Amino acid sequence: MTKITFGKAINSAIDQAMALDKSVICYGLGATDPKGIFGTTLGLEKKYGKKRVFDMPTSENAMTGVGIGASMVGIKPVMTHQRLDFFLLALDQLVNGAAKMHYMFGGTVNIPITIRLILGRGWGQGPTHSQNLQAWFAHIPGLKVVMPSSPEDAKGLLISSIFDPNPVVFLEHRWLHNTVGEVPDNDFRIEIGTSKKLVDGNDITIVSMSYLTIEAQIAEKYLRKNGVSVDLIDLRSIKPIDMKAISESLKKTGKILVLDTGFTTCSVSSDIISRVLINNFEFLTHPPAQIAMPDVPEPTSFGLTKSFYKRAADIAKKVLDMMGIDSLDPFNDLPPPAPHDVPGDWFKGPF
Amino acid sequence: MDIKDKTKLDLALDKEILFNIYYVMRRIRAVEEKIVEEYPKKQIRCPTHLSIGQEGVPAALAQVVTKHDYAISTHRGHAHYLAKGGDLDKMIAELYGKECGCSKGKGGSMHLIDVEQGFMGTSAIVGNSIPLGVGLALSLELKGLKNISCIFLGDGAIEEGSFYESLNFAVLRKLPTLFICENNLYSVYSPLDVRQPIDRQIHTIAEAVGAKTACCDGNNVIDSYETLNTICQEIRSGSGPWFVEFETYRWREHCGYNYDNDIGYRTEEEYETWKRRDPIKTFVDYLKNNYSIEVVNKLEQIDQNIFKEVEEAFEKAKKASYPDPSHAYTSIYCQ
Ligand SMILES: Cc1ncc(C[n+]2csc(CCOP(=O)(O)OP(=O)(O)O)c2C)c(N)n1
Ligand SMILES: [Mg+2]
Repeated sequence: MTKITFGKAINSAIDQAMALDKSVICYGLGATDPKGIFGTTLGLEKKYGKKRVFDMPTSENAMTGVGIGASMVGIKPVMTHQRLDFFLLALDQLVNGAAKMHYMFGGTVNIPITIRLILGRGWGQGPTHSQNLQAWFAHIPGLKVVMPSSPEDAKGLLISSIFDPNPVVFLEHRWLHNTVGEVPDNDFRIEIGTSKKLVDGNDITIVSMSYLTIEAQIAEKYLRKNGVSVDLIDLRSIKPIDMKAISESLKKTGKILVLDTGFTTCSVSSDIISRVLINNFEFLTHPPAQIAMPDVPEPTSFGLTKSFYKRAADIAKKVLDMMGIDSLDPFNDLPPPAPHDVPGDWFKGPF
Repeated sequence: MDIKDKTKLDLALDKEILFNIYYVMRRIRAVEEKIVEEYPKKQIRCPTHLSIGQEGVPAALAQVVTKHDYAISTHRGHAHYLAKGGDLDKMIAELYGKECGCSKGKGGSMHLIDVEQGFMGTSAIVGNSIPLGVGLALSLELKGLKNISCIFLGDGAIEEGSFYESLNFAVLRKLPTLFICENNLYSVYSPLDVRQPIDRQIHTIAEAVGAKTACCDGNNVIDSYETLNTICQEIRSGSGPWFVEFETYRWREHCGYNYDNDIGYRTEEEYETWKRRDPIKTFVDYLKNNYSIEVVNKLEQIDQNIFKEVEEAFEKAKKASYPDPSHAYTSIYCQ
């Protein structure tokens, strides 16, 4: 185990997958430039050569198709886009192609491609550099969708994604890249579709994903100090989704709050709640709750994003409301970081 | 293709054009340099792509289009917005995320627009605005207007499918489009040679698709002006699409205000070579060599006016108020 950043964990996962298997390739805009996609691809070209690690033309759609074509005959591409939003140009190849080919060709081919998409937020990223569209991908039969929140999970899930015989959309939140955690040095895998219990508790279930897990952990500590015991589940995978863990937790707590980094309508959180209502209605002692982004593009202005993001205080407040506790003021106790639009001092802008 | 009967600038007659070219270039540079000064103060909080080094082409275009012509641009759109007549105060306010910004603080540096001036927006997604420019041209045809649609794009954008698809349609319908490709050799930190075959020039692709094409030193603003002037006249008289590739170079980092020649994707020598080809300095030297001292003195006067105007725009933007936070949730639909 070594303490490394989330970004370094990604780098280490690709590195080990490439060392293990010559058919793994790694490409994307900037993959070999001096910044190496926020450090996540640094050093790989030198180690594995120009044929396996390469930059590409600004041709997202075709280059996704190229990866899919290669993967039909055994290549395992890891393709990266610095923003999910840039990848929207390639939806045809992903949705009409990669997701369906195994099915559509009667199981004769499979598409082991991994597509890393980075989710932006803050510093004026604005409407088209900040979209969390996990629900779109999860909606498509044939895709797997992964959304880790810790360095360890990032590594274990990325190696599993690379060696998964199916297309995997791997979503990395930009605000997580500099978070630090203990990560196993060697090849290790986390099964896609398994969630992780971060805290055991009895009063309420919180289901979280990606960057919101950081905020949920802050809220959980605060709630614990104030006598509320949270069962905190980090989803890690959006599809397949670990509904079993959610319903087991709900059986114990009777209350559920689902957090979501995406827009509210037709969101992953809405879907989780609908499944809970359909399958676990009898466990509920309180209506289920949701905190997701509003159905609004993320604005650019510093003035407009001030209370736009959901954070620990919003989570704590919602839980306290559900618990019927009104003696606490989490907005006062958990003040927003200043400035509110960067993940920390390390983030120097602009993207 | 070589443009044969290029209308040459008549240096005796066209002093006003020379002064105006200088004004547009110098003003763009002054605005961008002021951003360089202000950005570290962290009040401009959005990804910002500067046009320092690339002022020549927009300044040339400014002389040959009116507000009834359209233009559309990219993430690196400050110069194009200003050259097309975009309101300076509203642009700077937009960078600061203020209510009086051209997009009311919702879009930032990458979403500049001034509909009154025919500047129909910029996009943060590479290649995204190219078809929009063709659509603007289609509207001109449908309405029977004689104006043109100018589409700014970079050397990276021609790698997007939308470029071929748009150009093909523009050629098919002979639409009044002017594709202005500023080839600054890089897409972010990726040099051309990892993205395109080195022995092929970009404008030859457009030629193969059926557009009329030209290639020009974008840092030679007089040549750029003469080229664009001739071409715009042709488009206005029904030639159909033109694609012009301009060689140029961005001085500072891809996104942000620093220099970044040290990080290793390009050399200091390459930068110095291009800096010697500074479009403004080259132009001023030319004027100094060919004109009287009065002309040169006039330039200083233009400078003073520009600096004042730019200072004021920043002062106003800083003082302006942020939009009310509730505005984040409004105007998702047109009412
Ligand atoms: C579809 C898409 N892919 C990638 C990006 C990231 N990106 C932003 S600017 C840029 C460079 C484009 O290069 P070019 O068209 O030459 O314009 P320049 O920055 O040189 O002016 C890239 C790749 C993006 N914004 N959109
Ligand atoms: Mg370029």
